[in-house]
Amino acid sequence: MYQFNYQKAGSQDDAVSAAGSAEDPKFLAGGMTLIPTLKQRLAQPSDLIDLSGIDGLAGVEDNGDSITIGAMTRHVDVANNDTVKSKIPALAHLASHIGDPQVRNRGTIGGSLANNDPAADYPAAVLGLNATVITNKREIAADDFFDGMFTTALEEDELITAVKFPVPDKAGYTKFPNPASRYALVGVMVAQTGGETRVAVTGAGQDGVFRASDIESALSGNWSADAAKGVKMSDADLNSDIHASAEYRAHLISVMASRAVEAAG
Amino acid sequence: MPTVSMTVNGKTVSADVEPRTLLVQYLREHLGLTGTHVGCDTSQCGACVVHMNGESLKSCTILAAQAEGADVTTIEGLANGDELHPMQEAFRENHGLQCGFCTPGMVMSALDLVQKNPDPSEREVREWLEGNLCRCTGYHNIVKSILAGAEALRG
Repeated sequence: MYQFNYQKAGSQDDAVSAAGSAEDPKFLAGGMTLIPTLKQRLAQPSDLIDLSGIDGLAGVEDNGDSITIGAMTRHVDVANNDTVKSKIPALAHLASHIGDPQVRNRGTIGGSLANNDPAADYPAAVLGLNATVITNKREIAADDFFDGMFTTALEEDELITAVKFPVPDKAGYTKFPNPASRYALVGVMVAQTGGETRVAVTGAGQDGVFRASDIESALSGNWSADAAKGVKMSDADLNSDIHASAEYRAHLISVMASRAVEAAG
Repeated sequence: MPTVSMTVNGKTVSADVEPRTLLVQYLREHLGLTGTHVGCDTSQCGACVVHMNGESLKSCTILAAQAEGADVTTIEGLANGDELHPMQEAFRENHGLQCGFCTPGMVMSALDLVQKNPDPSEREVREWLEGNLCRCTGYHNIVKSILAGAEALRG
């Protein structure tokens, strides 16, 4: 790792003002992707501002037709939360399969989204369930939040405080994990909410998470595993690496989507 | 350099370290607790698993500074003098290791499992170990050891 300054913020205001006065700051939540990124010298922030000491950023709130999850809520706490399990079981399922138990004990939803790793699970949940990302400045719709690999609509001193998920009529998430890291080679969230069908794919796209509009069209006419499986995805903008070719990922998208539909019921 | 203080295996410790120091470096290089291993160094293999405030985590993926004030337990903190912890004893009894490199992480991870789920099934043990890799592929006896250790801890 390159050198950096470390400080622990006591409040949201502290964190934002520390970010404002630093040359190239990064907020540190659970650190489950940021620290590996620093270790590989893929990033060189001047300052890390640790958010773990800020009160009120963790927890799940039941708003009836939506649930709000605080940005610092850990994956293990989303996975085990009764409200999440009863209202959006697909989201609890997704959280329970991120990384491994030790990663889930540290990683947070806000950190995962701000980082927008192209193979992370939560971006598929936010885009597929049409969630709203709430920051210290504004509310950002899922369709406007993700801006390509490791890039989001967030400004440098903007802090995610919570994520609001509308409760879907049906939703399912299935991923094909890398056997060592458990990152998604391909992960697909399918959801039906008030007549709208959304299908979000993580792990596969060169620009990170994206909506598979062909599968969305197929499923809106015919919500079935076969309809999803019948869509032949193009491999044009998909990742190819040592783990899987673009062609294989394209195939996996339809298969994972069909299994997600089965899981959604 | 900032001073980082925490409790490790019941003892208050303190050291001046660079902010970029990882918890595992702090444990191994500053405190000499080399039972916690660095395997892959990419948060995948689990050889570096320790407990912080009662829960398992990968000490290669957290800064020592993030553990300021925390209560950390490493593999060295389990035995009572010469008497092995029941989970360690179960690994010894069932030969839950081949080369032994992954063993400290396996034991620490197993203890987090059994505190959450005192009577896990074999399947639950195997699923829980998704974050612990044994390069010798000696999983069979590791799983057996954890089931035996869980039984011993249930009393």
